[in-house]
Amino acid sequence: MWDYTGKVLDHFRNPRNVGVVNKPDGIGEVGSLACGDALKLTFKLDENKRIQDVKFQTFGCASAIASSSALTEMIKGKTIEEAENVTNQDIADYLGGLPEQKMHCSVMGREALLAAIESYRTGGKAHRVLEGKVICKCFGVTEHDIEMVVRENNLATVEQVTHYTKAGGGCGKCKGDIEVIVERIRAERLKAAPPTSAEAAGKRLTTIEKIRRIEETIEKEIRPMLRNDGGDLELIDVEGSRVIVALRGMCARCQVAQFTLKDVVEAKLKEFVSPDLVVEEVSK
Amino acid sequence: MKTLYFDNNATTRPAPEVIEAIQPFLSELWGNPSSMHVFGGGVRKYVEQARELVAALIHAEPAEIVFTSCGTESDNTAILGAGTATDLKPNIINTRVEHPAVLGPCLELKDRGYNLIELNVDEVGQIDLAELDEALRLGPAVVSVMWANNETGTIFPIDEIARRVKAAGSLFHTDAVQAVGKLPIDVRRTPVDLLSLSGHKLHAPKGVGALYVRKGTRIKPFLLGGHQEDSRRAGTENVPFIVGLGRAAELARNGREEEQARVAALRNRLEAGLLQRCPDSSVNGDLAHRLPNTLNISFEYIEGEAILYSLSDLGIAASSGSACSSGSLEPSHVLRAMGVPFTRVHGSIRFSLSRYNTEEEVDYVIARMPAIVNRLREMSPFVTRGG
Repeated sequence: MWDYTGKVLDHFRNPRNVGVVNKPDGIGEVGSLACGDALKLTFKLDENKRIQDVKFQTFGCASAIASSSALTEMIKGKTIEEAENVTNQDIADYLGGLPEQKMHCSVMGREALLAAIESYRTGGKAHRVLEGKVICKCFGVTEHDIEMVVRENNLATVEQVTHYTKAGGGCGKCKGDIEVIVERIRAERLKAAPPTSAEAAGKRLTTIEKIRRIEETIEKEIRPMLRNDGGDLELIDVEGSRVIVALRGMCARCQVAQFTLKDVVEAKLKEFVSPDLVVEEVSK
Repeated sequence: MKTLYFDNNATTRPAPEVIEAIQPFLSELWGNPSSMHVFGGGVRKYVEQARELVAALIHAEPAEIVFTSCGTESDNTAILGAGTATDLKPNIINTRVEHPAVLGPCLELKDRGYNLIELNVDEVGQIDLAELDEALRLGPAVVSVMWANNETGTIFPIDEIARRVKAAGSLFHTDAVQAVGKLPIDVRRTPVDLLSLSGHKLHAPKGVGALYVRKGTRIKPFLLGGHQEDSRRAGTENVPFIVGLGRAAELARNGREEEQARVAALRNRLEAGLLQRCPDSSVNGDLAHRLPNTLNISFEYIEGEAILYSLSDLGIAASSGSACSSGSLEPSHVLRAMGVPFTRVHGSIRFSLSRYNTEEEVDYVIARMPAIVNRLREMSPFVTRGG
């Protein structure tokens, strides 16, 4: 049994806006029978170019149906430009959250929406062609699709990409390719907004600044590395130069956790926050 | 809300008679059967009685029954234990539709350098005996073929398979977890060397199983560090549940034929009713050789998890081979190995019955299913038929 929210179950049991709009201005179709889920989204604009009517047809599980239903409710009354800004995370949030393994349902909603907008802009006929190289052949997921979810959802691991797009969830042969994409985007992200180096700052940090930077460094630098191995880390407290953390997930059971703590966590915090920091594991 | 339970290939309700039999061993009779005092050692005779009852169900000798903690442990013990009992690295032969409890240890042996051959199945889930013969020509092998498949109920010709394996001088294990209690099993007639069974599939609690080990069969124990079970499985016996398994075996043996005929009649009623009332539905598996309690039925254009949640809202418990309900992204390996089209795999539902199902329950499912299927089909982009 999945841990679905009441809102997911409500939209599954009582889906809103099922069907096909008469003489639609935009049609988006994504997914296939082979993939296990598919969504057809149609909409019609009013004279003010706002989405007057929108309907969906979905083949898929309870959360796929709920995500589709939620999407139609969310974009009704919006302009194309406003609708375009709806992300898959917005759909998941609207439903009070989705299980991580089901995030691909919200991504499917978002993809159908973009496809429908594309078809509207190209005269209501053209369906979206696959953009970019197909990375996952089992589920037909392209490089473009993967890049989009990684950027928009700040994904850090191959496993997360699989939860969000299904890519890598079949034969698994493309996992290496996915990792390359994830790493590339992470590198781009760091280049765009590098965590401020301690030495570059060159001045004493206030406690609040210090905590903020520690959190930022954990988020951007440390957590993605740990998550690759199924682990995680939680910041418990900062007392002077002592940073107290708790290891979670695989890290909590890891034989080399002390090594991770000193050589990864402490080294990164020294590099990006302050050279005098010492990392300690919270006493159990 | 009352639960209408149609998921008996997943687990079964512990029989009231079994629960009653277990009670004394949780309260006053809690001693260790290995103890050298009457309080503990006196409990041993109940373990041995249970062994006799389990042996009787499959016509084995009591000494050939090893109690384990579950069907998975039985399968692991059989395959790892037999595969590594000699210095020789034999071939491992199984089928593409085995339970993960068999596939797992087979893959483990493959990792250790054994040669693994997976036999293909046809569209009803049966293996080709000629392909088996060919594999057996490669040299000594540990062969594991399930007695009946958990998803489709397809029954394999185990007599014939076992004879061929033995004629080739190889060792034969069968995962009979779904078959024991439902089908007549007689190890005096069927030359299996190792046979796995599980308590909770036949109305005993979860946490107890057994492995039949034919006299003279060499296996290495899986759990080490104790003399229990004739040094074939270390660890203090789970006396209450072993007693429960014995009682469940006794219940399964008494009147099995009439009981399974009644279950088959209910299953057939369910099958006919659903096929008749839900268009574009079809049955998966070997209709001529199928467990009496199992119905695997596909509804085109819709997805299994959505069907299961709809059924669950009505208190009906079943299961599905769809990807979404499995927690993975890939649908049932069994249906895919059979070459069932994706359209049917995603919308496959397994109803598995037991002695506790009633005609009323079956009729309720038949009555409610069309509305569930129609509602989901109205939402599906793939339905092309009118109305």
